[in-house]
Amino acid sequence: MDIDWAALGEVFGISLVATVGLVGVFTLGILGSSSPAGGGGATTLARTGAYACFALCAAAVAFGIYLIAA
Amino acid sequence: MEHITLLIGIVIVTALVFDFTNGFHDTANAMATTISTGALRPKTAVAMSAVLNLIGAFVSVEVAKTISSGLIDEDSGIKPEVIFAALVGAIVWNMLTWLAGLPSSSSHALMGGLLGATAASVGFGAVNGDVVVMKVLIPALAAPLVAGVAAMFATRLSYAMTRNADEARTAKGYRAGQITSAALVSLAHGTNDAQKTMGVITLALISGGALGADADPPMWVVVAAGTAIALGTYLGGWRIIRTMGKGITDIQPPQGFAAQTSAAATILASSHIGFSLSTTHVCSGAVMGSGLGRKGGVVRWSTAGRMAVGWGLTIPAAALVAALAAVVAEQGDWGVTVVAVLALAVCGGIWLASRREPVDHTNVNDVPGATPVPGAPTADAPQGVVTAALRSVAPPPPAGARRSGEDAATTAAPAGDASDDDAGTAPAGTAPDGAAEGTIPRQATGGSGPAGLSGTGAPGAGARGADARPAASSLS
Repeated sequence: MDIDWAALGEVFGISLVATVGLVGVFTLGILGSSSPAGGGGATTLARTGAYACFALCAAAVAFGIYLIAA
Repeated sequence: MEHITLLIGIVIVTALVFDFTNGFHDTANAMATTISTGALRPKTAVAMSAVLNLIGAFVSVEVAKTISSGLIDEDSGIKPEVIFAALVGAIVWNMLTWLAGLPSSSSHALMGGLLGATAASVGFGAVNGDVVVMKVLIPALAAPLVAGVAAMFATRLSYAMTRNADEARTAKGYRAGQITSAALVSLAHGTNDAQKTMGVITLALISGGALGADADPPMWVVVAAGTAIALGTYLGGWRIIRTMGKGITDIQPPQGFAAQTSAAATILASSHIGFSLSTTHVCSGAVMGSGLGRKGGVVRWSTAGRMAVGWGLTIPAAALVAALAAVVAEQGDWGVTVVAVLALAVCGGIWLASRREPVDHTNVNDVPGATPVPGAPTADAPQGVVTAALRSVAPPPPAGARRSGEDAATTAAPAGDASDDDAGTAPAGTAPDGAAEGTIPRQATGGSGPAGLSGTGAPGAGARGADARPAASSLS
């Protein structure tokens, strides 16, 4: 009986990093795209950063679809 | 030749039925949290999941060459009767767990069925014991842990980051993100599980001589398998969705997003690395983890425990049914017929039993437009026993807790302007439901739910309902 601990560890590590990373980046995107003061829009910088975050998430989704289809 | 063709035909139909049960059994994996956070309406959610399952069946051409993942010795060739018996075992277990509202792995049910049918037909020598441990036991223990830990940290992180943010705005974003994650899970499910059925059908065709060895599945097999799983998904395993979405923990949008993202990441990572984990175990673990990650989040360990028991029973139970089916089916044509008729009767009985306490899109998340409940179901004694037994196994606590939470919410905010929010439409959804079942089981479970949860769940739900109101009305 040989249990593939390496593969299990890899799955664990990648899942943890990917999940926490994506949730963090997406949350940054949400925070950046919503203005804290209400009323006026977010600053241009924050908005640009938010779009970058969302783009990163979209890239991750595209990679996920690629993994499914491959 | 004639009789082989008929048998192969029966195997194909049975495989498609299994695919169908797989579909409605696993809708919850992708869509339970999406439905319970209100990211999508129940019907929309299952429709989207169905379409993605169908697409998933077509996107990848790599069909599982071994249907049992090496659990049993396939080299000597699996007889169609054994495949048939295995499928019957898996279907019966899927139906039973659905009736009980337990999310359990359809892959494990199929594996268990194959193990049992093979052991009964060929003997235990054909079962690779160490592969069972490697492919079944370890992943079953690891999957919820991996996904749960990831979801827990992700939930913590998102709550820490949005501490000072406007909850309504972030909730909107998280719901959108959650839909995307759920879509990925659905797509992956269609690819993996529809292909399992394609593999079974292809194997049956090969064993009957209709296809050459190592042939790819014909197009009609791909279409049939994809359609069966999509139809099953669209039907929606509402009982299981309720357990996953409401029974384990109360899920808020950040938790739903974290759980679903963790599930998608874990499933993709595991299938890519080749340490395959059960989607059901991953998603259940992710939901539990997200419950642990939120301050004040309550994981109902009794529900989780019932699920764990269900997981543990999946392989032996499906194996037992399949073994009995294999013994009978191997007697010849009449044996196959008897097994088929019995399987149909059992599934019909389970379905009838489910109508006594229906869970559908109306009471899974309280959307108006109740489907008519067929009048008094035939009250066969055995069904009553089964229902009673299952009710004691799986009372759905969330219904009571949620209902009281919504009552609090609607009285606290009687404006009811948020007509597209589930709490606003609760009375419409629950009224027909209550009228239809006034005298039957729900009262029992609804009564025990709040009583059992009054210490923790009900106040939490009430508070959640109350503070969810401003968020919802500002959204709509």
